[in-house]
Amino acid sequence: MSKLIINRRGLLKAGAMGGVVLAAPTHFIRNAYAEDMSCNMPTGDTVVFGFNVPQSGPYADEGADELKAYQLAVKHLNGEGDGGALATFSSKALKGNGVLGKKVAYVTGDTQTKSDAARDSAKRMIEKEGAIMITGGSSSGVAVAVQSLCQDMGVIFMAALTHSNDTTGKDKKRYGFRQFFNAYMSGVALGPVLAEAYGKDRRAYHLTADYTWGWTQEESIKNATEAQGWETVNAVRTPLGAGDFSQYLTPVLNSGADVLILNHYGKDMVNSLTQAVQFGMREKQVNGKNFEIVVPLFSELMAEGAGDAIKGIYGTENWNWQLDTAGTKAFVQSYGKEYGAPPSQAAQVAYSQAILYADACERAGTFFAPEVIKALEGFEFDGLGNGKTLYRDSDHQCFHDVLVVQGKENPKDKYDTLEIKKIVPASEVTYDPAIFGGDLGPYDAKTCG
Amino acid sequence: MFSNLSSRDWTMFLIFSGVVLAAPVLFQPIGAAYPAILQKFCIFGLFAIGFNILFGLTGYLSFGHAAFLGVGSYAAVWSFKLFTMNVVPAVILAIIFAGFFAAVIGFISLRRSGIYFSIITLAFAQMSYNLAYSVLTPLTNGETGLQLSLNDPRVIDHMFIEPGAGLPRTNFFGIDVSGGGLSGFYFTAVLLIIGFYISMRIFRSPFGLQLKAIKSNQNRMRYTGYNTRPYLIAAFVISGVYAGLAGALMACTDPLAGAERMQWTASGEVVLMTILGGVGTLVGPVIGAAVIKYFENIFSSFNDNTLNQFYSFLPEPVREAFVTVSGLFVGEGWSLTLGVVFMLIVIFLPGGIMEGVRRIASLFKGGNKGDGNAAVSGHPQAAE
Repeated sequence: MSKLIINRRGLLKAGAMGGVVLAAPTHFIRNAYAEDMSCNMPTGDTVVFGFNVPQSGPYADEGADELKAYQLAVKHLNGEGDGGALATFSSKALKGNGVLGKKVAYVTGDTQTKSDAARDSAKRMIEKEGAIMITGGSSSGVAVAVQSLCQDMGVIFMAALTHSNDTTGKDKKRYGFRQFFNAYMSGVALGPVLAEAYGKDRRAYHLTADYTWGWTQEESIKNATEAQGWETVNAVRTPLGAGDFSQYLTPVLNSGADVLILNHYGKDMVNSLTQAVQFGMREKQVNGKNFEIVVPLFSELMAEGAGDAIKGIYGTENWNWQLDTAGTKAFVQSYGKEYGAPPSQAAQVAYSQAILYADACERAGTFFAPEVIKALEGFEFDGLGNGKTLYRDSDHQCFHDVLVVQGKENPKDKYDTLEIKKIVPASEVTYDPAIFGGDLGPYDAKTCG
Repeated sequence: MFSNLSSRDWTMFLIFSGVVLAAPVLFQPIGAAYPAILQKFCIFGLFAIGFNILFGLTGYLSFGHAAFLGVGSYAAVWSFKLFTMNVVPAVILAIIFAGFFAAVIGFISLRRSGIYFSIITLAFAQMSYNLAYSVLTPLTNGETGLQLSLNDPRVIDHMFIEPGAGLPRTNFFGIDVSGGGLSGFYFTAVLLIIGFYISMRIFRSPFGLQLKAIKSNQNRMRYTGYNTRPYLIAAFVISGVYAGLAGALMACTDPLAGAERMQWTASGEVVLMTILGGVGTLVGPVIGAAVIKYFENIFSSFNDNTLNQFYSFLPEPVREAFVTVSGLFVGEGWSLTLGVVFMLIVIFLPGGIMEGVRRIASLFKGGNKGDGNAAVSGHPQAAE
């Protein structure tokens, strides 16, 4: 065996070589800006969308439904299937031949409902698989984290399920867009309905998922109910994905509260609501009134999971498959034919975000990110299910009708779980973007890598 | 001063550095040559190297190293928020905080050994996690994670340059570290190589020998007049500093720090990495870290489409069967695959991947087995 002898000179030489090797790549990468190029502009005949959804963790059900809807949207964009809501969509720019003549392909990732994992998989999709747009997310914490990553990378993020005020408030970003409504709108819509149903002298106890969404929803619902004359007894934070909520539920009954507000979502809500019902809370009498439970943010998947516990409980929704609009009918029919079940609101928001992005590219005539952003800002449309909708330019939040729903007492089948009690028009839930602060940041395009 | 490193050590060091620096080319065929995952390889490689200094040399199994990782991350992000986007102060600050934190926790938990030590460190890590998750929310922003914002003071940066529109990127004196791109990878790679070199020096030093003596028989060591506690605390702090450095690098390449980094699963992960690669070996932990991160990022991305393409040479019905069966092991089933691989390695190669490498090497060399290879790997120790 030969011996490798290293003396000081050899080491210095090796060091110098190493330095050159190190400097070379950075030299080529930096300042490689070109005119009108943004990250991952497609060069071949396909354009890649990145679907970043939770496939594990407390929001896995919502994630699975989102993914189904994305796959359906890709089919429709590529002119396969029956075209779904493209037929009813008010913008006719999409021709069913992909986007700008390029076939739509997609890659997927698992966010695990964790910020780190979500950013890792988004980075993989952007850096390795060349995704031009990232969409998905079923947790506001994740959405906020991925949105700021996308801003940094210069890739547009079409947020799906995220209900926190922060997503398009304090943490809004130029490259992030949200079709879903937010906690503030839920509060405004739900407050009067609750006061009407349960009276104006109620004492509320909040259990809140301990992250950005829970915090802002708690605040919004608190403000909305207190405006109706309610009193807030206590607000307790619970960890995300806790599973067992009994330790948080026990103190509720001795607190003098007569309404329990569950700021939980997904499997967390299914668990906390079921456990609250098992505790016999709904049969209780407190302060001479029936004890009531409110779940400000509802979804069909959660209603299905919670079963009988959901009956009679009030909440709000972004969209429901029973809604009587042309876009809803077209989408529900197309989705039902594909998967044999009606879509959830998660599916609808995912579907319309993918379509909205594709449409914006088509209208802008380019994939160049700043132009696509300008095409989305201030865009007014109809026919995707929510009725007339505005993508507000000052905070990238969509404004459309919001639904107040109640768990059905006598459902016809397992999908017929929620009843629409009130459709609150968009004008009533519109607010001044300044109340949440935040700054969108610049348009400037970035080339990745 | 280089006397305690043999020429074989130098060969290994140069090969290691070469492989790390050439990784963007070498890892192309297995689809792991994009910056984000290369950075993860380096960062978790460092984390595992540091962990190995404690676990591999002294045999003390800490189940709470993720706490130091988290402390490092938070310190670095706060440095970006308060002072400057330059990564150097962030790294230094992270090392100081993690080292201090490790000294405190080490001082208390090293009063016990064996399983008691593991449980105490686990308890500390879980405590730190819960503190970061809820109690210290103003400092850590809880589950949402600590992020940069446009209103951060960034005192030092503002003294020299006008803030641009949008969030700045972290940089190393003008070279972007965050925001993707290979420069971020090279920054982590250089630190990995430095960390590897220091760990090699520790393994070959009298101090390393004393640590190994603690592992083999602490009582006998005490009888010969050594007080083992200072050595243990030193080893604990060094490995805590490595973890803090790894945490700082996570924040440098992606300026966000979340509480989930401190969860016990993250502490368990580094134990897995070290055992998978080979406890007590120099290169093993880095290999283990790379394997686990590869599974987490690449295997989890395969969906039915990818599988259909992969099996496209098969006829339709056979292909569907193959896709269905292997679909269980990729995508969301990546951890299942990792579990199977881990079990196979621990059962058949108790010394980890490095033992496999050694066995193959000795096959080629015929009779001359072990002899020189032991020097490469330190003392081969089965995982206890």
